[in-house]
Amino acid sequence: MSQEELVVLLQKKDPRSFDYLYDMYAQNLYGVIFNILKDTQESEDTLQEVFVKIWNSLPSYDAKKGRFFTWILNIARNLAIDKYRSKAFNNQKKNLITDNFVDTIKGSYSLGGKTDAIGLHKYVNMLKPLCIKIIDLLFFKGFTQKEASEELEIPLGTLKTRNRACINELRNIIED
Amino acid sequence: MTPEELIASGKLELYVYGSLTKEEQDEIYALAVEHKIIMEEIEAIEAALFRLSSYGMPYLSARNYERIKAAIKLGSRNVFTIRQKVVMYTGYAAAILLLVSLGLINNKYQSTKRNYNTIYTVKNELQETLVKVTNEKNLINELRESKYDRVTLAGQAVSPESSANVYWDQESNQVVVDVQNLPTPPPGKVYQVWSLTFDPLTPVSIGVLDQFTSVDIKIFSVENVSNAQAFGITLEPEGGSPTPTMDQLYTLGKV
Repeated sequence: MSQEELVVLLQKKDPRSFDYLYDMYAQNLYGVIFNILKDTQESEDTLQEVFVKIWNSLPSYDAKKGRFFTWILNIARNLAIDKYRSKAFNNQKKNLITDNFVDTIKGSYSLGGKTDAIGLHKYVNMLKPLCIKIIDLLFFKGFTQKEASEELEIPLGTLKTRNRACINELRNIIED
Repeated sequence: MTPEELIASGKLELYVYGSLTKEEQDEIYALAVEHKIIMEEIEAIEAALFRLSSYGMPYLSARNYERIKAAIKLGSRNVFTIRQKVVMYTGYAAAILLLVSLGLINNKYQSTKRNYNTIYTVKNELQETLVKVTNEKNLINELRESKYDRVTLAGQAVSPESSANVYWDQESNQVVVDVQNLPTPPPGKVYQVWSLTFDPLTPVSIGVLDQFTSVDIKIFSVENVSNAQAFGITLEPEGGSPTPTMDQLYTLGKV
């Protein structure tokens, strides 16, 4: 099923649409959330909130506002960052910026020995360290270009072209 | 900007991240709708990021599915669109109207039932009255026929104010008494009607008026009489007496 077909079913409140939404995006959104919170229980709770928010906001989604994938990604990142910033959670002293998605995949690999993780871990290690940082901040953490350029101390224009090169690299690794 | 230039610019990656301004987003959306090559590039970028965030991440346990589904069912109650609200409130309104209507109908039914019962009682009473009136009318018509001889009974010592009439058809021997001018008998007492013949004085009971109080018109048929020289009415204990109690003789009259 395409994203567009899923959106039509969701907005019609088709009874099957929740299952499709969950099957297509639950693991993916959970990955994004976990990469920020690094805690299974917190991440699962947040994932639930994310789905409720997606479900309740569906009538307001419009393809003109961007990709459905981007829209739900944004909801997940925002809720996870909110939770991360909440006082109780911050006391656990996790570092949003220095821990990146490769660390998460590594952790997943060492913990569960999941086949996907082993494979992907091997591949993502092929990415340049700067690419890992750029993709982590812009995609996983939802930083603005400006925030990312300041954090990584590279100019805005450079960030954009570097990012493009990094994504191409990722595409080559994954598609191979 | 040509589609190729746009693809090379790195903006499409940022578009998928969601880190462009609204104006830039609108611009890319318009171009993507127009140029298939741009849409395909966006989808390819998205697919790579989708895989990156899906695979290799900690495993999401299956119990989340039911948990989230339950949460959505609860949560979705708050998110009716205006149209759904209208439908919902229309539904509520219809349900309330129905209940109110049922209540009104029930009230109406109960009051109609009460009215019916009242009317039914009145109808029965009227029917009884009609039967009574018809009987009385028949009786009066009968009395009007000239073959009845009237015997007037005058009040006696015990009740000088009393009087009565006896109508006697000497052909058919039928006798009717009109006791309108007798006082209501005290409890436990009844009037008894006698026919009398003289030499020797022989009283014969021709009827006990035990319906005196219940018949308004106070006219009663009594037993047939073939031979009488006088009629008298006495007050007797309930059930009547074999011979008249003469000191309780209310009225007496000769033929």
